Amino acid sequence: MRKFKEFIIEKLILICGLASIFFVILIFLFLLKEGLAVFKSVNLLKFLFGKNWYPISEPAQLGILPLILGSLLVTIGAAVISVPIGVACAMYIAEVAPIKIKEVLKAGIELLAAIPSVVLGFIGMVTLVPWVKAVFKVPTGLTALSGSIMLAFMAMPTIVSISEDALYSVPKSYKEGALALGATRWQAIWHVMLPAASSGILAAVMLGIGRVIGETMAVMMITGNSAVIPHSILEPVRTLTATIAAEMGEAVVGSEHYFALFAVGIVLFVISFAINVTADLFLHKKK
Amino acid sequence: MSNSKTSQKIAFFFLFLATLLIIVPVGLIIVIIIQKGLPAINWQFLSDIPRQGMRAGGIFPAIIGTIYLVTGAIIFALPIGLLAAIYLSEYSKDNLLTRIIKLAIVNLAGVPSVVYGLFGLALFVVFCKFGASIISGSLTLGIMILPVIITTSREALESVPHSFREVSLSLGASKWQTIRNIVLPNAIPGILTGTILGLGRAAGETAPILFTVAAFYLPRLPHSILDQAMALPYHLYVISTQVPNVDEKIRYGTALVLLALVLIMNLVAIIIRYKFRKKKKW
Repeated sequence: MRKFKEFIIEKLILICGLASIFFVILIFLFLLKEGLAVFKSVNLLKFLFGKNWYPISEPAQLGILPLILGSLLVTIGAAVISVPIGVACAMYIAEVAPIKIKEVLKAGIELLAAIPSVVLGFIGMVTLVPWVKAVFKVPTGLTALSGSIMLAFMAMPTIVSISEDALYSVPKSYKEGALALGATRWQAIWHVMLPAASSGILAAVMLGIGRVIGETMAVMMITGNSAVIPHSILEPVRTLTATIAAEMGEAVVGSEHYFALFAVGIVLFVISFAINVTADLFLHKKK
Repeated sequence: MSNSKTSQKIAFFFLFLATLLIIVPVGLIIVIIIQKGLPAINWQFLSDIPRQGMRAGGIFPAIIGTIYLVTGAIIFALPIGLLAAIYLSEYSKDNLLTRIIKLAIVNLAGVPSVVYGLFGLALFVVFCKFGASIISGSLTLGIMILPVIITTSREALESVPHSFREVSLSLGASKWQTIRNIVLPNAIPGILTGTILGLGRAAGETAPILFTVAAFYLPRLPHSILDQAMALPYHLYVISTQVPNVDEKIRYGTALVLLALVLIMNLVAIIIRYKFRKKKKW
């Protein structure tokens, strides 16, 4: 009887162990189930590269190029800001900061990761948006730039903590060797530690970018939500994620619009899948 | 030599500056929200329903909605997550299957939150016909926090020394008895940390509940798990973008309640982890 009970429990453990694989597949299947229907009315190329997103006009125009460009613009802006600052902060925490300050800084970064994105979006609306409007003298502060700054901030915890791990896992003998040869601490960090940790840092950057592309609420609240092809970073844009969040509430289940939003979801899923798998390869390469 | 010393000083200064650029805004955000939100907080704000189209009254239904959602999510995610962690730490071998499971967990953690919303809509709301309801929202949030719970629980289980297991097994205990009586009790603080972090994550997310449960304006408490509910993060989104002329004070007050809820959970998790590390006997 005891043997039988343990047999059941161990099978249950195995099933739960496989649950993650099951859920990833389930998510993808349900996105496909609802999203592929849109390709009855628009072909893949027209969907990805169509310049007009007018999902509720008659006939509907379902080109997501403006949304892709919106996401791309905001993401590039966020990466340009967050990568140098994030990696520099990781170097400071891993190599320079005294041990007590280090703990405080790590807790601070963890707190930032914990702040809900809707709260950051709200704070962005009341502080960052008016600031961008005043500094750049643009008609509205709800721009791609505001989104980039906010998202850069939201990508920091990922970039800092994973880069710091990567720096930390470089064997101590590397640094000691460099110091013994007469290098300063900075020279050891810059010429020895950083190259040795490069694949981990690359993974950190990719995961940070993944976070930025997938971020929804803050970006919807501060980028102005205009689904047209952007010409400058000081114009309102609409990202892939914000489009789903803003429009799904009004889309009728089973309508073309509903299918199209799921197809946008497929695009996002594929992007995040590609980023995560590649980042994982980089993280494992180092071992 | 003095030249390279100078460049070290300059370099370290810039590293320090970069760190300040991240940490100072975090502090400022928290201080601003506390300072401007605190005047709005009183018993009426916390215990009353929203009134006058959310321009007055309180946020009680949103608080209760969030508590329901988070509880539902954890009831679903904790058993599955814990058993999955036990599988990875105690049973799995270093093979392709384990590699794929780990990759799946990483991917589950990386799926954009709004895609979880779509998934919840397609599976729970439409396919399972739960409608927009607490159960749909809870299950969606539950799947979303699964990676957090699996990863932290696994770390906790793996940090229990091997010798503990070996002693138990050599005394004639079976594998499951060893896990239940020796490994699990020693890993509880770590598992608790992961659970609380998962709770905090679920409480703060908006996108997954947008189409699965969140009610724009529902000035009463939900009647059952098949009922819609208001939720704090969605309520903050609504009053800061969808409803004109809401008093700043109410917005900041709502933001403060949400932020406090999430940060307190995280602080508790950090403290448990810290105490546990200090107390460790091995």
